[in-house]
Amino acid sequence: MHQGRPQTLKESHHVESRTDRSAFALDTKARALARVATPTTSRRSSATTKLARGLGWFSIGLGVVELLATRALARRVGLQGRESRLRVYGLREIASGIGILAAPHAAHRSGWVWARVVGDTMDLSTLREATEMPIPLRSHPVAAMVAVAGVTALDIACARSLQQEANAARQTTDYSHRSGIGGSPEQMRGAALVTFTQPVDMRAALPVDMSALVREQSS
Amino acid sequence: MKALCWQGKHDIRYETVPDPRIEEPRDAIIKVSSCAICGSDLHLFDGFMPGMEEGDVLGHEFMGEVVEVGSGNRKLKVGDRVVVPFTICCGECEQCQRGNFSVCERSNRNKEIADKTFGHATAGLFGYSHLTGGYAGGQAEYVRVPYADVTPVKVPQALSDEQVLFLGDIFPTGWQAAVQCDIQRTDTVAIWGAGPVGQFAARSALLLGAREVVIIDHLPDRLSMAKACGALTINFDRERVVERLNELTGGKGPEKCIDAVGMESHVGSTMDTFYDRAKQALMAESDRPHVLREMIYVCRPAGVLSIPGVYGGLVDKIPFGMLMNKGLSVRTGQTHVNRWTTDLLRRIEEGQIDPSFVVTHTESLANGPQMYKTFRDKQDGCIKVVLKP
Repeated sequence: MHQGRPQTLKESHHVESRTDRSAFALDTKARALARVATPTTSRRSSATTKLARGLGWFSIGLGVVELLATRALARRVGLQGRESRLRVYGLREIASGIGILAAPHAAHRSGWVWARVVGDTMDLSTLREATEMPIPLRSHPVAAMVAVAGVTALDIACARSLQQEANAARQTTDYSHRSGIGGSPEQMRGAALVTFTQPVDMRAALPVDMSALVREQSS
Repeated sequence: MKALCWQGKHDIRYETVPDPRIEEPRDAIIKVSSCAICGSDLHLFDGFMPGMEEGDVLGHEFMGEVVEVGSGNRKLKVGDRVVVPFTICCGECEQCQRGNFSVCERSNRNKEIADKTFGHATAGLFGYSHLTGGYAGGQAEYVRVPYADVTPVKVPQALSDEQVLFLGDIFPTGWQAAVQCDIQRTDTVAIWGAGPVGQFAARSALLLGAREVVIIDHLPDRLSMAKACGALTINFDRERVVERLNELTGGKGPEKCIDAVGMESHVGSTMDTFYDRAKQALMAESDRPHVLREMIYVCRPAGVLSIPGVYGGLVDKIPFGMLMNKGLSVRTGQTHVNRWTTDLLRRIEEGQIDPSFVVTHTESLANGPQMYKTFRDKQDGCIKVVLKP
């Protein structure tokens, strides 16, 4: 690697510190749910992994229910007549669950949890269809939507947390000496303007000082 | 000869293909000395660009030595050292005469397909699908260059390959992105994406006098390279982009915004990115336009959106009402490379900028398939890969 890297440039590799990681901010509605999974310490990283594994087992369980108790589930959530779709969703849940549990590290696990998020979106879309039809007695599609939304928030929080954990664990390279410009940023600010004319077809803004134009128009 | 060939999604192979030959009098054959993998090549690698066929030779950033010249070419001679811009242009059509080289009316030999896809055809491009002419690319030992009496740029021997190679695409692309903003001394320029084009856009904005340059990404190595030219950085994993940009501009938003990300916006930072990814999985949307939405939202009214990032098809939920009511100007397009090369080559020679700063990996062409993965996955601090045939 790096056979042709310029000799004058020396990169330093470092792994981001845990203190840096503590600055990560989650901005989803699931902030509270995710708190336990924020990778600010090794203990919490472990909690993230536990949460992901929990979601993996949950996914497999839900998938099995969707496959084996399709009709009963369809009745409960108002999806009568869509049993075959529920079975496909069941297979999807099982695949996601196995993927999460079998993933070798955080980056891969994160990908499978994101796959769950995509699946959640499909579930919500299907349940929304159920709410637009007459809702049979003892069917609760809205309650099911609320439950799926809650799990979605948890999935998002977990996936982001895993992703951040993977990013933080990634070896990074410091390129802060590679400016590529012929002097300090302050010296080079506007350096091109000496010999540069803005093309006519790419003009977009008047100068910020409009006072001369205003005076001209008012006189 | 050997070349990197596209064989399908995530399948690029180092293969033997027929040598190119002169087909038209204005052609030239170039022996490639250096070529690079561009961020937009990843759209082909990831299968997001239509019009690719198995066996297509990839690559649109390359340079080398002229080894054969067509009978009608009076500009080049055997032995000339040239960089070849990725946009093929005839130099004679109405668009070329206006300097709009990336929409040359004659160089796209698959005009009928392109007309159907884009309404009207754009220029031919090297190694970038049959929608743009189906020309063999430059990640190869040799390349046929059409209209070689117009397109290639002669470069002096005194400069290294790494200093001039990027005149063929990413340096002019970053430069045009900044020029399109018509930067004023009072402007804050926000740039989404700290990849190679974002890095050049940041340096171009600085050289063109921007008061402040802010670059947005989440990869620490890329952000460290952005800081090197004095740019402020926003890590979207740690900070809210809109809030931070408003803070930096007294609540008014940046005057100029540059999208150096394009169709494969990162999934995970905001809810709309999940929506796009889900729609993409269902084949209901081809591109993920999160950056476009964010730019439209945060840009100061009457500001400019400059979009060098490549988009390939359809986008959803673009807040066009916001764009209209704020009176934003949108400038985009493939780069009119030949419009800028003479000026930028002079700036390199004068020492204003040394484009080699962006090179992080140099490998043999044979290792190209692996380097596509390294670049795509941003492993090993990879920002720009140069390949040597």
